Amino acid sequence: MAAIHKITLPKWGLSMASARVNGWLKDVGALVKEGEELLEVETEKITGVVATPGGGVLRRQLAQVGEVVSVGGLLAVVADADVPETEIDAVVADFRANFSETSAAEAKAGAEPEKVVVGGRTLRYLRRGQGSDVVILVHGFGGDLNNWLFNHEALAAARTVYALDLPGHGESSKDVGTGTLRELAQAVAAFLDAVGVSSAHLVGHSLGGAVALALAAAEPQRVRSLALLASAGLGAEIDAGYIEGFVTAANRNALKPHAAKLFADARLVTRRMIDDLLKYKRLEGVEASLRLLSERLFGGGRQTTVLREELAGLHQPVLVVWGSEDQIIPVRHASGLPPSVRVEVIPGKGHMVMMEAAGEVNRLLNAFWS
Amino acid sequence: MARKITFRQAIHEALVQEMTRDPTVIVMGEDNAGGMGAPGEQDAWGGVLGVTKGLYHQFPGRVLDTPISEAAFIGAAIGAAACGLRPVAELMFIDFMGVCLDQILNQAAKFKYMFGGKAKTPVVIRTMIGAGLRAAAQHSQCLYSLFTHVPGLKVVIPSTPYDAKGLLIESIRDNDPVIFCEHKLLYGLEGDVPEESYIVPFGEASVVREGDDVTVVALARMVHFAQQAADALQRKGIHCEVIDPRTTSPLDEDTILESVEKTGRLVVVDESNPRCSMASDIAGLVAQRAFKALKAPIEQVTAPHTPAPFSDVLEDLYVPSPAKIEAAVTRVREYR
Repeated sequence: MAAIHKITLPKWGLSMASARVNGWLKDVGALVKEGEELLEVETEKITGVVATPGGGVLRRQLAQVGEVVSVGGLLAVVADADVPETEIDAVVADFRANFSETSAAEAKAGAEPEKVVVGGRTLRYLRRGQGSDVVILVHGFGGDLNNWLFNHEALAAARTVYALDLPGHGESSKDVGTGTLRELAQAVAAFLDAVGVSSAHLVGHSLGGAVALALAAAEPQRVRSLALLASAGLGAEIDAGYIEGFVTAANRNALKPHAAKLFADARLVTRRMIDDLLKYKRLEGVEASLRLLSERLFGGGRQTTVLREELAGLHQPVLVVWGSEDQIIPVRHASGLPPSVRVEVIPGKGHMVMMEAAGEVNRLLNAFWS
Repeated sequence: MARKITFRQAIHEALVQEMTRDPTVIVMGEDNAGGMGAPGEQDAWGGVLGVTKGLYHQFPGRVLDTPISEAAFIGAAIGAAACGLRPVAELMFIDFMGVCLDQILNQAAKFKYMFGGKAKTPVVIRTMIGAGLRAAAQHSQCLYSLFTHVPGLKVVIPSTPYDAKGLLIESIRDNDPVIFCEHKLLYGLEGDVPEESYIVPFGEASVVREGDDVTVVALARMVHFAQQAADALQRKGIHCEVIDPRTTSPLDEDTILESVEKTGRLVVVDESNPRCSMASDIAGLVAQRAFKALKAPIEQVTAPHTPAPFSDVLEDLYVPSPAKIEAAVTRVREYR
């Protein structure tokens, strides 16, 4: 039987209820591959793209540009070219007859973040999916588990995927102890113990990549594979102006130019994203933790720990992904790595590569693990 | 943002966290403890709408019940602030400020200036504003513009639980006298509030909703009415930018002006009476500083120039409504 794929609006983050269609990236009749991006939509918080879960021909665009669609609502239909029009119409009619906005929002709401106390610290995490394969997503400096909102669900189809807030970040305790890479790596190891996971695939973004690498070097038996996205720890250079600016910015206008550096396309930085970052930065203890971390990890405007030798000594599979337009950590840190390391540079994308090229990063990661 | 709490709980939590952090923070007011004519010491209502309930036993000796003499206890709070404490005084209704106005506008507001910067007055006066509780002319006013007028005072008007907590913490830590206005009909409103302590700085407006067609500036309960109107208008294809200044002194002029530069159209929603109001003040600001951007006359949606009526029917007509805001936005949108 020919496959018919219904593309619905995903739920990115707990508070998302709807999104506005910004534009279509593919025309009706276009041939699309699995994971290819079909349209751009904008929520209050963020602009994202919706990809097709399967390949075929884009047969229907079911939302106009500017239209506001509820979470779970039907956006498009992709099907093989030989599926008759009447069958497509029947699928759309059937969906619309059975679609209820409230029940779709509830069904899509999924898991809520949980908290666990580890070594006197509270760590917040979000768990999705099931399966004996476990993946841990580790965000970067100043980030939190929401950095993975375009990835988490897509990676959890056949695995158990945890995203956590590092100490000093998100809703985890703001105490970062000594503020060293080792301290953060130990916190992740303690988190694995707390949720009963003996070994996992680690995915680290930016500082989170260095944390994952440090953990793999210290306790290799706990790490089944490493995926390092725009990772720290692979060279000394880092945009010191960004780190300092992010730590000191006290208001929207001061923070905005720094946040814009995170993306190749600065339009992706919404006012809500800036407001949410400010809300985080204004929590008691955050400024002191960020200050300590930045001094320990990026003192003097350079990365203090380079783990290339440790990386060369690892036996696990390693995937390195970078956006070619990264303005925070230069893409050349992806060069000269051991031949066993698979390197993927995604053209035209910036530091937040897992958000800006979500479909592509998800596809690379899923392929890497299988 | 793991949990939702009410506006009332957010204010209570700010008080608990600041009293825990800083032993110079005290709470005083009517019916905070004892009261109700009951003998001995007990935890009473916790103020007229229960915000301070529980503090009396949690912080022994730091929650003071006062006589029903605003002139006396507001004066005492201001004096205590000048001498090193950080009092949070609860003055039930802003309507009662009249009896202690000299203490506020001639004493507290002037100390820093008249003593050459050597004196500070870190007092917070928490007070209720707004109509809608069928409490009639003497318990329903929105007199924040009166205090915004006076240099030396800071005026804070939160509209959400998140802002209420962060702004009250900032108010307590601020070294100037702060008039902290709580709309009575917002106490039950729920919203996401972090468990940790945090601040919301003064003079930073919140852009509650972004839009390109019409700027709507609103305060306190009117922020929610403006949102309702904006929801209805969005279905008609009109996109409002809703701005909540959050503090009227200092006022974030830039955010308002930048928005009007974008939209060219302004509606100001203010529950208070229209003359010398925040509505007229913001309209004046925009007329002067963003005149060239304006594509339509500025609309003000306010209460009429009358006392708040006792009659339910009349009170409902007195308060600006989402329908009136929607009509005003439509008028400025369609103006040629």
